[in-house]
Amino acid sequence: MRELTAIYFMWKREMIRFFRSKSRIIGSLGMPFFMLAILGTGLNSVMHVPGMEGNYLGFITPGILSMVLLFASIFSGVIVIVDRQFGFLKETLVAPVKRTSLVIGKALGGATAAVLQGVIILGIAMLLGVSISFANILLALLVMLLISFGFVALGIAIASVMEDMHGFQLISNFVIMPMFFLSGALFPLDTAPDVIRYISYVDPLTYAVEALRFLLMGTSVTPIATSIGVLAAFSVICTVVAAYLFGRIES
Amino acid sequence: MSAIETAKITKRFNSLTAVDNVTLNVKQGEIFGLLGPNGAGKTTLISMLVTMRRPNSGSATVNGFDISKQPDDVRKSIGIVFQDPSVDDELTAYENLDLHAAMYGIPSNERKERITEVMKMVELESRLNDLLKTYSGGMRRRLEIARGLLHSPKVLFLDEPTLGLDPQTRKHIWEYVGKLRKEKGVTVLLTTHYMDEADSLCDRIAIIDHGKIIALGTAEELKNSLGGDTIVIETGCSKKLEAALKKMKWVKNSACHNGKLTLEVENGEKKIPELVSIAEKNKLEIKSVSLRKPSLDDVFLSYTGRTIREENATAKDSMRIRRKAWGRK
Repeated sequence: MRELTAIYFMWKREMIRFFRSKSRIIGSLGMPFFMLAILGTGLNSVMHVPGMEGNYLGFITPGILSMVLLFASIFSGVIVIVDRQFGFLKETLVAPVKRTSLVIGKALGGATAAVLQGVIILGIAMLLGVSISFANILLALLVMLLISFGFVALGIAIASVMEDMHGFQLISNFVIMPMFFLSGALFPLDTAPDVIRYISYVDPLTYAVEALRFLLMGTSVTPIATSIGVLAAFSVICTVVAAYLFGRIES
Repeated sequence: MSAIETAKITKRFNSLTAVDNVTLNVKQGEIFGLLGPNGAGKTTLISMLVTMRRPNSGSATVNGFDISKQPDDVRKSIGIVFQDPSVDDELTAYENLDLHAAMYGIPSNERKERITEVMKMVELESRLNDLLKTYSGGMRRRLEIARGLLHSPKVLFLDEPTLGLDPQTRKHIWEYVGKLRKEKGVTVLLTTHYMDEADSLCDRIAIIDHGKIIALGTAEELKNSLGGDTIVIETGCSKKLEAALKKMKWVKNSACHNGKLTLEVENGEKKIPELVSIAEKNKLEIKSVSLRKPSLDDVFLSYTGRTIREENATAKDSMRIRRKAWGRK
């Protein structure tokens, strides 16, 4: 019971912080908005994606949505470092609750916040004229939560072994960005060079993009069951690793 | 049963022994002070007692619970105020306390009442719903003390609770601590490097330096152990004078420090004339003479050969401090 309470309160803390930081939300939604509004609409008339009925804007919408989830989630995990520097982490580390509960609560909170940002981006995409299928919207939301949960956990794992925020640039340039570019968010992978295609198979974000493309746009190369299976496995692995590394923090 | 008992507890960071074979016994209801310079090992000792770090060897119990085998029971029964702030600035005081209360298993119907009670105690009840961003440093400290008390712990750990606060707030905080012991019988283990605070507040004091306890007792006992009053003579540290004075039977101890000769004597006021005449005989100029009853500063100086304030970061100490900030297994 106490562990559930701890999970709930860690989640609640993330929610309170999320709704209080309106400028941060607007700031983090700026880039995906411009990618949709400028890159998407700009390339719309010259790009045609083979095998897909809709236009380019529709093609990248699940990709940009995945990007929002990826960035928001990893960042909300890595921000644990700031909690560590400003001391709040200590308060939770000495509480008589399991470290795993702290990780789960934090990951649920960060994931919920990421999904809310994703929903805003979906709304913007619709305003820009993208037609989204609502048949599977509930499943799509669950998949968004699953993806985000895994990435928050990954962020927590990274934060548990990082000394301070100086390393974040490194993570951003060598983990987050390649993950995004290799995921098939911006171009179809089945016509990409073999090297890129093979690497993309080990990129968890590929399956996120594929799953969301199927659930929101109705087409995907990878079967939806495979995508969800890979994402579930990825989330479980990240959570276990995060719980282990977070549990080793001594102060 | 003792509130805190340690047996040869030791913590090493690579080659550095931060806490070295410390054996301590803190009685229930006692205010116990750990006094020492920065990097002496006070915080490391506390962090082991609150189960944040694991000792390399030795053992300890807090409230009868073993810190290694029953960390959860230890955690439930203690309150902690860390040296560095540990609140969430973007939450209100109420939200911070509510989160804490929930984590410590206080049922939701009692939380509000408890929160109001502790906030009243630290006189912050009017700021209950303000974001902590808007709090001053002293108010945060008070809030953290309130938070430490929220779950009615039997032992309260205060790690430098007055560091960096103005004198008035410092006084306030010590009043709360005194009140706590009186009203709730809480055992308090505190660290400080303010000698006067330790002197006036603590029942017993342990002086800790380079990870070892070098003296332990009540403030009175520690001061008496020096053997009387302290006379400080400003002479430019003449070896000749020191040698001449050492021959006197009534000089129990002498030390030269910063151009000042410090003597320990009994009935110091009566010895000053004699002292001046010895100096005259030796044709030495005395710039000033002062007499004081011993303070804990003198105790510290006598046990470590340094004053506590000049113990500013040698390379070893700054290493300790860095490790303290980012320690992990």
